[in-house]
Amino acid sequence: MSDLRQIAFYGKGGIGKSTTSQNTLAALAEMGQKILIVGCDPKADSTRLILHSKAQDTILSLAADAGSVEDLELEDVMKVGYRDIRCVESGGPEPGVGCAGRGVITSINFLEEEGAYDGVDYVSYDVLGDVVCGGFAMPIRENKAQEIYIVMSGEMMAMYAANNISKGILKYANSGGVRLGGLVCNERQTDKELELAESLAQKLGTTLIHFVPRDNIVQHAELRRMTVLEFAPESKQAEEYRQLAK
Amino acid sequence: MSLTVEQTKQRNKDLIKEVLEVYPDKTAKRRAKHLGTFEEGKSDCGVKSNVKSVPGVMTIRGCAYAGSKGVVWGPIKDMIHISHGPVGCGQYSWASRRNYYIGTTGIDTFVTMQFTSDFQEKDIVFGGDKKLEKIIDEIEELFPLNHGITVQSECPIGLIGDDIEAVSKKKSKQYEGKTIVPVRCEGFRGVSQSLGHHIANDAVRDWIFDKAGDKHPEFQTTPYDVAIIGDYNIGGDAWSSRILLEEMGLRVIAQWSGDGSLAELENTPKAKLNVLHCYRSMNYISRHLEEKYGVPWVEYNFFGPTKIAESLRTIAGFFDDKIKEGAERVIAKYQPLMQAVIDKYRPRLEGKKVMLYVGGLRPRHVIGAYEDLGMEIVGTGYEFGHNDDYQRTTHYVKDGTLIYDDVTGFEFEKFVESVQPDLVGSGIKEKYVFQKMGVPFRQMHSWDYSGPYHGYDGFAIFARDMDMAINNPVWGLTKTPWKAAA
Repeated sequence: MSDLRQIAFYGKGGIGKSTTSQNTLAALAEMGQKILIVGCDPKADSTRLILHSKAQDTILSLAADAGSVEDLELEDVMKVGYRDIRCVESGGPEPGVGCAGRGVITSINFLEEEGAYDGVDYVSYDVLGDVVCGGFAMPIRENKAQEIYIVMSGEMMAMYAANNISKGILKYANSGGVRLGGLVCNERQTDKELELAESLAQKLGTTLIHFVPRDNIVQHAELRRMTVLEFAPESKQAEEYRQLAK
Repeated sequence: MSLTVEQTKQRNKDLIKEVLEVYPDKTAKRRAKHLGTFEEGKSDCGVKSNVKSVPGVMTIRGCAYAGSKGVVWGPIKDMIHISHGPVGCGQYSWASRRNYYIGTTGIDTFVTMQFTSDFQEKDIVFGGDKKLEKIIDEIEELFPLNHGITVQSECPIGLIGDDIEAVSKKKSKQYEGKTIVPVRCEGFRGVSQSLGHHIANDAVRDWIFDKAGDKHPEFQTTPYDVAIIGDYNIGGDAWSSRILLEEMGLRVIAQWSGDGSLAELENTPKAKLNVLHCYRSMNYISRHLEEKYGVPWVEYNFFGPTKIAESLRTIAGFFDDKIKEGAERVIAKYQPLMQAVIDKYRPRLEGKKVMLYVGGLRPRHVIGAYEDLGMEIVGTGYEFGHNDDYQRTTHYVKDGTLIYDDVTGFEFEKFVESVQPDLVGSGIKEKYVFQKMGVPFRQMHSWDYSGPYHGYDGFAIFARDMDMAINNPVWGLTKTPWKAAA
């Protein structure tokens, strides 16, 4: 367990967190690492590219059917996808009702209690949008994820969100071991994108660990519910993700 | 060895200073504004009120849910009040106020039953609206004689944004216009139960009056119709009040809300006068009834013969000579009975000092009853009173009375320790603290499971109970062990 690395991906909605994280993790798996992905988004789309299908049974939907989360077994919720990457989706309510944040807390507690983290090298949390409430900060609380990667682009709002998320991390950094791992910039081909991203990273006291150039092959792969690494392992883009994984 | 007024004021000042000294500076500064001494001639009691309690102190206050479900709505007997949220709020407030009522519990009345949606984790995560719908369906099936349903929100309802209004409307439509009232009384709102009273009053306005229209066109009015507002019928208080109004020739068409029914609420706009007992919890709806339906309202006080006579005359003043004569007749009829009570108990209670600490009305209202027995109020304060309550208090208290707003456990103990009253009147949480200090005590929320205390009948019981507490031989039996040898 000592070499278990827990990481989390945050960033503005629609920025490509899930795509980036899944591609990167696929590259890590390629290197022989054992990986668990925890999707913390009510849309439950954090593991789609690994599993080649959406909407696997989520922890919370199964818990609601069974009565409570205590009625579930780990096998019920854990799926295995590309290169033996284990996947769970927290799930949550439909838009506009209930408390998705509480759902994330419930799910993560369940996974810990059930020993879902045993025997893996990496646990990756893929978290929706901004850190809107305490529930979505769960992955960075109580010494869970130690490294946070923020996915952003050169767009103003994406950088604004990145800044906001950093504030959330800072809040917990004082009490736990959480650190900002770095920024990942998904190219949107805005003006001076690389420079802006680098200067933001500097302001936040972190580094831009990778600048992912835009390539339509990502979209092609997504349409086929695959990561680029699986769809086109020889492509240039696959190589980019391999680099990021390192 | 009794103190002059000036000496008392100085003693109070020293006492407050002593109490504040133990607090951190910031707390002392805040609490200082809530402690004081009444100065004759002032328009209020010189204390600040209705602000947030200081974190870390023991406050005696409740929450908005307590104010709505526990106080205002709970006693409406033919409606079912759902404690909507996790089980604790409903469970631990279950039947905790003795709101007496007539009816067959579980068939046509439901006051002493507990209904809760018993939220589980999945209801928080996925929202509780569907569960609420199901509960309403189940209530309709299991208790078909209920006349209406209220949804009393506990904290999580407001946090997760459930749309209880939409559910209420939908279910009301499904059950042919049934009265279903969503109440946004989440406990975290406001500084005490007081906001819950206001929210509950507003819910009556919006969901009973505005939505219902005239549901009882056949109802025959008379020129002598009154509604009792703000009597919760603790131990039968409203009943011993009602008979006096009826004896003087009035017709009581509604009781709010002790032993009250939905139909009574709906008919209240047809009253000629609303007589208001608990100003704090129901002044809002009284004002609304006046503004919208032109029904005047008047405050009254049925504690002790002096205040009862005053109040009966005030109420009669709104009506013709027949009622005025009726009031005099009632006062005269009960006068010898009251004199007998006073003759019996006054010699045993004369000069006894009392400190009170109750909710939003009784810290002033019961003073007259004590004074009728020759007793003296030396300190009083409200849990959740507002400035208008402290203004009204000035008509009751004497110069130099110690005043404490939202008193903390520590302050109250210290005050009683120093002032050494012969009786403390407060709530269950205070009772044993003071009894263990050797100070006689009566609960002034629940009447210590006795009552009624309102009306002439109530005064006889009140006098007996106070005598029983103060002159109980048990106080002579307690010994101080370390002094035994001496």
